[in-house]
Amino acid sequence: MSEAVKTPDTILQVQDLNVKFSLRGRVLHAIRGVTLDVQRGESLAIVGESGSGKTVLTKTFMGLLDQNGWVDSGSIHFEGEDLAAFKTEKDWLRIRGRKIAMVLQDPMTSLNPLKTIGGQIGEALELHQGLKGPAADQRIQEILLDVGIEEPARRMKQYPHQFSGGMRQRVVIAIAIACQSRILICDEPTTALDVTIQAQILQLIRDLIHKYELTAIYITHDLGVVANIADRIAVMYAGDIVEIGTCEEIFFDPRHPYTWALLSSLPQLGRKGEALYAIKGTPPNLFNEIKGDAFAPRNPYALNIDFEQRPPYFDVSPTHKVRSWLLDPRAPKVEPPESLKRIQAQGGSFYEHC
Amino acid sequence: MQHEGRELLLQVKDLEVRFGTKRHPFIAVQHVNFDIYKGETFGLVGESGSGKTTIGRAIIRINPTSAGDIIFKGEKINGPISKELDRRVTQQIQMIFQDPMASLNERAKVDYIVSEGLINVAKDMPRPQREKSVAQALADVGLLPEFASRFPHEFSGGQRQRIGIARSLIMEPEFIIADEPISALDVSIRAQVLNLLSHLQRKKGLTYLFIAHDLSVMRFICDRIAVIHKGQIVEMSETEKLFANPLHPYTQALLSAIPLPDPLLERNKKLIIYDPACHDYAVDKPRWQEIEPGHFVLANEQEMEGHREQLATSCRISS
Ligand SMILES: Nc1ncnc2c1ncn2[C@@H]1O[C@H](COP(=O)(O)OP(=O)(O)OP(=O)(O)O)[C@@H](O)[C@H]1O
Ligand SMILES: Nc1ncnc2c1ncn2[C@@H]1O[C@H](COP(=O)(O)OP(=O)(O)OP(=O)(O)O)[C@@H](O)[C@H]1O
Ligand SMILES: [Mg+2]
Ligand SMILES: [Mg+2]
Repeated sequence: MSEAVKTPDTILQVQDLNVKFSLRGRVLHAIRGVTLDVQRGESLAIVGESGSGKTVLTKTFMGLLDQNGWVDSGSIHFEGEDLAAFKTEKDWLRIRGRKIAMVLQDPMTSLNPLKTIGGQIGEALELHQGLKGPAADQRIQEILLDVGIEEPARRMKQYPHQFSGGMRQRVVIAIAIACQSRILICDEPTTALDVTIQAQILQLIRDLIHKYELTAIYITHDLGVVANIADRIAVMYAGDIVEIGTCEEIFFDPRHPYTWALLSSLPQLGRKGEALYAIKGTPPNLFNEIKGDAFAPRNPYALNIDFEQRPPYFDVSPTHKVRSWLLDPRAPKVEPPESLKRIQAQGGSFYEHC
Repeated sequence: MQHEGRELLLQVKDLEVRFGTKRHPFIAVQHVNFDIYKGETFGLVGESGSGKTTIGRAIIRINPTSAGDIIFKGEKINGPISKELDRRVTQQIQMIFQDPMASLNERAKVDYIVSEGLINVAKDMPRPQREKSVAQALADVGLLPEFASRFPHEFSGGQRQRIGIARSLIMEPEFIIADEPISALDVSIRAQVLNLLSHLQRKKGLTYLFIAHDLSVMRFICDRIAVIHKGQIVEMSETEKLFANPLHPYTQALLSAIPLPDPLLERNKKLIIYDPACHDYAVDKPRWQEIEPGHFVLANEQEMEGHREQLATSCRISS
């Protein structure tokens, strides 16, 4: 993966990125050598359990790391520049919101409670597209309709508190569209919403990616929700991408034991009367130096070498890479857990009767 | 009926809960009816704000009721009741609260948090006995006894949820209301907590009212499910019957929203969106009716006809 050639399709190229935080005199190594190419126009999902580094990784694309954090080494290439080398807030203002936008879990934090919805979208239109007056008003209404908000003429005059959680989420997406952002990062934007609304927002994001030729990075801890929107999935563990592949490769042919564990613990695959699969143990402490494969202590399939040496990436296909010694030709052959077969066998039977 | 011979534990009859003032009342739930049998897991599912927590809190007597009856083991427990009955209800019905981060007292040690309920009902229990109960409750949920002297912020989300569960178990309840016990948790921890709840149910013969907004988890854990929309139950049935033949359009919307862990199916899935305006209730009013044994739906006569047809067709297909 490290030799990834920069093709014209790559919109964002992350190379061997390391991010650290200093906390009460100790150093926490949050991102441990991530290499990742984001393709123009794709929808990439980043999944992994809490604390695996999903948010921190994407915050480095926008210069939003907390004060006590820094990019220790590595590069982030975007439109001919290295974002990792940015020093001043002025540099970031050219990127943040304009070229790369982020939708957060709680949209209230990204909206101004004192300004109307239309005012906030209008601001972005004026700043980024030079639209004003009636032309801007018309465009605001078009965008609101695009994100599924009915009666835009009335709605644009309202304030955020008059909108439901799901509608606020749509407004944040509308602002990103008004900015003509190239990359839209959605950080668990639906966890605070209920399932029916969540499903609608996911579908909306998918439609907008096509309509506006956006590149989307979708962050979640729940692999169950990404089958719909992801073209590719990157699985993160302890600050590193341990497996990356197309959506089909990850769901139908996962290779890393951590991906197996994440998939197996989906309640959709559970059977009544049997215990659900639960991942044993806890993620490693990122204050400590990690030796070998970070998942080894929790991995029932771990080999001796997993405790000694960090595995390289092995290619399963041109699009599918896995950081696990199990893929080494010398490793014993292990079969993924039986329950994963239910993904194909059982997935659809949920509601197909209706 | 399947439940014949089984012991009724809790009956909710025509329950209504109002908030607000006399002049500007807000009816949070109304006409709520369900029975829960001993040893089962009864699920209550619906969107945010539909009244799920309100019902749970009415059962444990936090929310006053404005109409209807709540009957626990044959005795009415809502409205004014005797001190003695109130004590029994407090001990026998416990609630696990929705948000493990917000529901624990940050300044108290785990020891106090877990035994608080016990202190309230058995003031003169000797200290060693209380400590033993705390250790046992912690052990029941898979936590170490030495955790008793720590503070909540020193624990992970899953561990905090376990502390919440230990806090209800120490009362040795018969009936536990679990209010979205896993929705605030990471996927990898959800499985642990769900397994723990099932294990405790088998070991202690507990009965659960399990509240959630996600049907995928419910299919795995519930025997029967009631679907609530805007304060009213719209459908209730055994879990498998509900999944096989969802009748109310809101139930169908909820089912269609379950994310499928399969890209091929998921991309071709048709999302059903529920629009309450689809009902024509001007003349033909809806009633709560039993359409097949144990399967209830809120529908008017015209809709019932359609539902009967749907059931008849699905029987023909499956036989
Ligand atoms: N400001 C900070 N100071 C110290 N450590 C931090 C800081 N921000 C993040 N971290 C640490 O970096 C690691 C990665 O955190 P991050 O927020 O990226 O996780 P995540 O994968 O987004 O998790 P979640 O699913 O819970 O949002 C964690 O160990 C976290 O504690
Ligand atoms: N103490 C209260 N005073 C006034 N209104 C209340 C009170 N408690 C709840 N409500 C209202 O009653 C309705 C039902 O709320 P409830 O908390 O029962 O919903 P819920 O189904 O548990 O939702 P969620 O899934 O978000 O937890 C909501 O409109 C809520 O705002
Ligand atoms: Mg995060
Ligand atoms: Mg609630």
